[in-house]
Amino acid sequence: MNTSRLLPDRAALSQWQILMGVVLMLILAIVALIFIFPFLWMVFTSLKFEKDVFTYPPKLLPTDWTLDNYSDIWNRVPMDVFFKNSVIFAGGVTLISLFLDSLAAYAFSRLDFPGRDSLFVFVLVALMLPFQVTFIPLYITVQSLGMLNSYAGLIIPRATNAFGIFMLRQFFNTLPRELDDAARIDGAGEFYIYSRIILPLSGPALATLTIFHFMYNWNDFLWPLLITKTTDMRTLPAGLALFMGEHVIENALLMAGATLALLPLFIAFLFAQKYFVRSIVMSGLKE
Amino acid sequence: MAPSKQGQLSSRGTLAVSGFGVRVSKLARAMTRRQARYGYLFLLPSMIVLAVFVFWPILQSIILSLQKWRFGATETTWVGLDNYERLLNDPRVEGAFLNTVEYTAVVVPVTLLLALLLALALNERIPGRSLFRAAFFLPVIASFAIVAIVWRFLLNPDIGLLAYWSREIGIPTRAWLRDARYAMPAVMGVSIWKNVGFNMVILLAGLQGIPEEYYEAAKVDGANRWRRFRYITLPLLRPTWTFVLIISIISSFQVFDQVWVMTPRGGPLHSTETVVTYIYYQGIELLDISYAASIGVVLFLIVFVLTLVQLRVFRFRELD
Repeated sequence: MNTSRLLPDRAALSQWQILMGVVLMLILAIVALIFIFPFLWMVFTSLKFEKDVFTYPPKLLPTDWTLDNYSDIWNRVPMDVFFKNSVIFAGGVTLISLFLDSLAAYAFSRLDFPGRDSLFVFVLVALMLPFQVTFIPLYITVQSLGMLNSYAGLIIPRATNAFGIFMLRQFFNTLPRELDDAARIDGAGEFYIYSRIILPLSGPALATLTIFHFMYNWNDFLWPLLITKTTDMRTLPAGLALFMGEHVIENALLMAGATLALLPLFIAFLFAQKYFVRSIVMSGLKE
Repeated sequence: MAPSKQGQLSSRGTLAVSGFGVRVSKLARAMTRRQARYGYLFLLPSMIVLAVFVFWPILQSIILSLQKWRFGATETTWVGLDNYERLLNDPRVEGAFLNTVEYTAVVVPVTLLLALLLALALNERIPGRSLFRAAFFLPVIASFAIVAIVWRFLLNPDIGLLAYWSREIGIPTRAWLRDARYAMPAVMGVSIWKNVGFNMVILLAGLQGIPEEYYEAAKVDGANRWRRFRYITLPLLRPTWTFVLIISIISSFQVFDQVWVMTPRGGPLHSTETVVTYIYYQGIELLDISYAASIGVVLFLIVFVLTLVQLRVFRFRELD
């Protein structure tokens, strides 16, 4: 068990170490406050009446508190439709991409075959040309496949991700090779080694990538805007942005929408957090 | 004291058993064939998706860069390297590249250093660790729409909260996003704020992957905290920070969202114009797709060479 690397042994804690611990906590708290401050403003603004948003002098806290913006936004914008589409799009991409990324990463990291490293450089190349350049050709490709304004058109082009393959390959590389070699000699198949040995040991990396994929697609604005045409297919960011473009900009209302859009991601993050720490299987690993 | 690196072991299970006679080497060859078969099989779905939705559009972009085509136009003409000649003489291209290099040179080291420090701190069993982790990660999950609205308000010199508070305590405020001298530093600051948590989480996952036994053994041998960090954490974190560094540089050269939403169309006097914001401006706003594609191809070549150099410097194959 890790009795903390910061506080090596409770019995042997010197005053100096306690002081260092307190200083560290203080620094972390200040940095954390800077990091969350913009979100405090966002949430408090969403609880203000529109007329109180831009006052002078500016205030962080509302003078009069209201939840009206939250009920208004559901009436003014088809939030439930946007929510549903965002869940299908971001959730679908995350599930499929995690599977395909980890399969490819397993091949790159644990298997040996001709052309492996050239193929890997090829995958890296996919990261190097900005989306803004391939934007139009990609649109034409999706169009020619007849997938515009459909979930397939949103999800399939994102079904694998070079970043995810690269990241998982790096993590798989840190796992001892003896594990799969021993399993192979015992006659285990490659899919078995992948699903029963490598994946269970990669909990932190998989949890991290789950969050990244989900977050990236949940927030993505340009891609759903490009592929979807009708209101019933819009995701949250695209839908909210179009709504704000069509109407007078109401900041308190917009902040309420932004808070609602952020909330599922934040909950997903809190949920995934416990997997960020080493899994129990891992600490039981002895060489 | 450093544990043996995984990379020094062969990835072929066959080496471990070779030299044990003909039957074993036959088995070894069969295993190698099996590995090749499964290797291609496991890669197949990803490669199909990448081929259709990434490489095909990339190829199209390269072809477009040799043509003259505006979106919507019915005819395309081959113009050879005209687009490339044009970009060499375009002062905004030069400015955009210089801005991008400057942005990368500041944002990548600061972000990674801060992310590493936070990851090391949060890898310890400190009280409230998951709260801190959530706080540092919050900017990462915020969409760029939120980032834009919130920061443009906070940095606004007239009605912004930060400007007001700094005036109250006597610090002179700036028109951060409207002043050509300060727009880029402001965008850099927001980028660092946005990206630290992302890198922190990856580094944290890497730190969590280092087996506890190595630290215990080192402690038994009397290695102090610095030596444990230097000889266990740093070398074993290498695949992770190589990854984080390469990804950061690639994405930093393609920086777009935070710059575009905070200072649209290149900002005051093009002071925040990066390569990709200029590509977006030319390609999506002016619909000069082929010119935008040629700038994209040049950017790609630069990033490609940079990445190969990095892979070489970090002796990728042996070390990971």
